[in-house]
Amino acid sequence: MDAALDSLYQEIILDHYKHPHHAGLRDPFEAEVHHVNPTCGDEVTLRVHIADGVVDDVSYAAVGCSISQASTSVMADLLIGKSIDEAMQIHQTFLELMQGKGKVEPDEDVLEDGIAFAGVAKFPARVKCALLSWMAWKDATSQTLSKENS
Amino acid sequence: MEGLLPELEVIRKDFPILERELAGGFPLVYLDSANTSQKPQVVIDTMVDHLERHNANISRAMHQLGSESTEAFENARDRVAAFIKAPSRDEVIFTKNATEALNLVSNSLAWATGDLAIGDGDEVVITEMEHHSNIVPWQLLTERKGATLRWFGLTEDGRLDLSNIDELINERTKVVSLTWVSNMLGTINPVAQIAARAHEVGAIVVVDASQAAPQLPVDVVASGADVLVFTGHKVVGPTGIGVLWGRREVLDALPPFHGGGEMIETVTMERSTYAQIPHKFEAGTPPIIEAIGLGAAVDYLDHIGLDAIHAHEQALTGHALQGLASVPGVRVLGPLDAASRGGAISFELEGVHPHDIAQVLDSRGVAVRAGHHCAKPAHARFGVQSSTRMSSYLYTTPAEIDALVEGLNYTRSYFKVG
Repeated sequence: MDAALDSLYQEIILDHYKHPHHAGLRDPFEAEVHHVNPTCGDEVTLRVHIADGVVDDVSYAAVGCSISQASTSVMADLLIGKSIDEAMQIHQTFLELMQGKGKVEPDEDVLEDGIAFAGVAKFPARVKCALLSWMAWKDATSQTLSKENS
Repeated sequence: MEGLLPELEVIRKDFPILERELAGGFPLVYLDSANTSQKPQVVIDTMVDHLERHNANISRAMHQLGSESTEAFENARDRVAAFIKAPSRDEVIFTKNATEALNLVSNSLAWATGDLAIGDGDEVVITEMEHHSNIVPWQLLTERKGATLRWFGLTEDGRLDLSNIDELINERTKVVSLTWVSNMLGTINPVAQIAARAHEVGAIVVVDASQAAPQLPVDVVASGADVLVFTGHKVVGPTGIGVLWGRREVLDALPPFHGGGEMIETVTMERSTYAQIPHKFEAGTPPIIEAIGLGAAVDYLDHIGLDAIHAHEQALTGHALQGLASVPGVRVLGPLDAASRGGAISFELEGVHPHDIAQVLDSRGVAVRAGHHCAKPAHARFGVQSSTRMSSYLYTTPAEIDALVEGLNYTRSYFKVG
């Protein structure tokens, strides 16, 4: 009975849920966005700080379920310190995993703790939870980059 | 348990889906009836029979099938009129759902002239416990017409705060629109009392009976409503069909909303004249099969009796409130006595997000709803972002409530809470 449930709620996910990494809103930042999942009401306010083409900080205040909270924590771990190009690549890899209906083999070298979300992809109703903050990060980063270019 | 429907096991056999087995071999425990109810065999059969033997468009076809279809459709209107004790069948208008019915009223009011016209300085009053479908149409109307939207607040135990009713509903008030039973808090509102105050100042009263019609005997005249709406799929009928009842004087005074076939008397290229109610508000080919299914559905409920269904719901609600109170960390949102509430109970479980609760319950076959239940302002009022909601109906057993309570205890241990 619990096999299906355990594939969703990996220990790694529950650990990040209970002890989220990089939580809180910090200065400095170039863009702040607020994203909502309209079906359930989960919310995230997220800031990005980019310096010299590197993701210097991702800070956030989020309310939501274990999946959305853990995903935010794992994302911050993965993206902070990476170049924009690398971070975008990781974003794309995570997106493909989540949209793969459980058929995509996760790459641990790229996604690290993020591979724990492979099970989430089998629960269509929860994919949006896992992607909430990732979409927020991409939005905030795009806003920052377009500000720089203008 | 006192109050339960005496033939509960027979009733359950009327609902084929209750035989469903879910992943892991768990039997379905359906506690999401406030979201949508399950359908008895008679509704399914009535719709299939119509499609197989009588299908034709209504009111236009001169052939035999056309007249059979028209008769079945209009017969459904008679049944709905009886279900809500409407003084006239012509006052019953079929819509797509309750949302469309509310939008039909608010949009017709936007174009109304005379006493019903709404403009600068006028006020529309709603409540903080409304479903979004009874908030947003009124926001649109008041924004567009320069009127002001006001609302009843809520008390700590989830009831309407009526302390300022005489100030809130005043000479400037044109419309008071409120839910009879809250879809989130379960509260049963004193509609007649509020309607009496609204009528003192000449306002019309719109009642959202989406959660009331499934579980309370409805008498539209006694309710005090000028307009009352509900949706078919929560009263064991199909989706795609809703009902708007209105007092004849109000419906006659309102201009049409949708223009098209069926709602006209005559059309020239320059102008048209309109049909009488109900057809005035039923442009285009209506959801025929769905209306006929709804007719069978309300007949089914009338046959069992709404008083008996209400007693059943109250008994189950009392049992559920007791069961929930036994789970550490559970906080029920809304009134805590079964007598003043309906069969939907929203609650929090400390340390576990509603999504995660619903997920664990689902793995055991227990279907509940998690989220804001289209009532974000009511959640905000109680300082919560979302909640878990169980909702019972005439086919729900006490054992199913027990399965929920057991599932919640399991959820706590799964997430290592407490």
